Amino acid sequence: MKPLVELNQVSFGYGAQAVLKNISLHLHPGQFAALVGPSGAGKTTLLKLILGVLRPSIGEVWLHGKALNNGVAPRVGYVPQLESVDWNFPVTVEQVVWMGLVQHSGLWPWITTQQRKLVLDILNRLGIDELINRHIRDLSGGQQQRVFLARAMISNPDLLVLDEPTVGLDIKTAESILVLLAELNRQGMTILLTTHDLNAAAAHLPWVVCINQRIIAQGAPEQVFNENILNQTYRGEMIVIRQNGMLFVQQKPHGHTYHDLIPNPVPGENPDEEDR
Amino acid sequence: MSILLEPFQFEFFRNGTMTAVLVGALCGLIGVYIVLRGMSYIGHGLSHAIFGGAVVSYVMAWNFYVGAGIWGFLAAILINQTMRRTRISADAAIGVITTSSFAVGVALISRYRHFTRSFDAALFGNILGVTGQDVLVVLVTTLMVFILIFFFYKQLLFTTFDEEVARIYGIKTEWVDTLFALILAATLIVSMQILGVTLIAAALVIPAITARLLTDSFNRMVILSVLIGAITGIFGMYVSYYVDIASGATIVLVQATIFGISLLVTTLQNRANRRLMDVHI
Repeated sequence: MKPLVELNQVSFGYGAQAVLKNISLHLHPGQFAALVGPSGAGKTTLLKLILGVLRPSIGEVWLHGKALNNGVAPRVGYVPQLESVDWNFPVTVEQVVWMGLVQHSGLWPWITTQQRKLVLDILNRLGIDELINRHIRDLSGGQQQRVFLARAMISNPDLLVLDEPTVGLDIKTAESILVLLAELNRQGMTILLTTHDLNAAAAHLPWVVCINQRIIAQGAPEQVFNENILNQTYRGEMIVIRQNGMLFVQQKPHGHTYHDLIPNPVPGENPDEEDR
Repeated sequence: MSILLEPFQFEFFRNGTMTAVLVGALCGLIGVYIVLRGMSYIGHGLSHAIFGGAVVSYVMAWNFYVGAGIWGFLAAILINQTMRRTRISADAAIGVITTSSFAVGVALISRYRHFTRSFDAALFGNILGVTGQDVLVVLVTTLMVFILIFFFYKQLLFTTFDEEVARIYGIKTEWVDTLFALILAATLIVSMQILGVTLIAAALVIPAITARLLTDSFNRMVILSVLIGAITGIFGMYVSYYVDIASGATIVLVQATIFGISLLVTTLQNRANRRLMDVHI
């Protein structure tokens, strides 16, 4: 299958400082993938290269089989970090979602009846249609995330790009957002997101890309989330715990061992023993 | 009734009031975008930059509106590009570019002391000097700005809300910024005559922040800000006429009073709402 997104030997830097080196990444239609890595690893920069906001210093980014030489990526929906949103800005849910249609809405400057219906349909699909006239500040974290997801989805994009969609959300809300994204992916949407929540990525995402200026590893979480790869990615001691078919990642607290963390470990799943 | 009609027997009052209403509405409209973009300081800075342009226009015997307009537009673009392409922050870029431009004006005035023209009007506003031609220029500028803002409503809204994301969604944000710089420069130039360089910033910001206090809706904020600007324009003119104080300063003081009242009312309202919530909890 032809990749939807293709990066070949891409490097990027801000001035003389290299942020990404030799990145080769293929994202196929229908894939649901997460970029994981420490702060400053270049995750958001990589998203911006794919979105066409930044241009690589070396190499090319391809989308739909065409090089992104000039301008932004077509048919891509983007959800920014909620922390970057000005919540005091006087806009309603309807206006925010309508912004997603701006490229396709011709010269008429105001929302049309047809556009209002599209907005209502997408809000309905995400279960927040009753919030259409609310101010964005008056929503819960999960509702806010859904509103921006609605804006990204309203133009029916081929690719959905989300920058840390679970940051700042409580566990339950973060879980519900990832479940929603998984559902959208099952319906055919290709999704790429960044996250710091390795356990959520392990539980919900079928594909993860570990990155720290370069790609350290990529694959299913069961294959990629191991001490060796995570230590390389985060440049710190990480431990991976497998229990009841689930996978948990934890940074090793200084001076503690696996036994301190897990009093009754499952036989054969003791990473301290493997280390020896 | 005669109190209301009496000043209208004078041409200067008719011209001045018409200009004050138009400039008030214009500044109210542009002010919404200025305030929401967090650029309140740019009105202050750019009006100083335009003063430099006005003096240069006079020295070079150019048309004031053309010379000062091009100067102001270039200053706005320069500020924008400095912010985008360097590590210099917005306030520093505005400070350096606009103050240097103002200094050009002051330097030229001190060099060519034989000036017959007084630049006091440009600095502090002069309602008596508003001619029929000035009213026409303000009217045409106001209409053009309203038409442009109408047709670029969604692009301006999205760019003001989140410029980077707007670019990702296909809006040519650099063009929107350039258009806005042009609109802002035009607004400042036509406002200079009545408000003066020193007071324009207040007329840009006060109606918009007052409107922001009163509503959470962008559309209502635009309408309220325009109305506050226009109504305080006419009210300020009356106060100025009867109390015999400078019109530009009076308009700004009327706006500041309305802002103060709005702040007080909304603060008391919020407190009452909180108390009501506490009772229910």
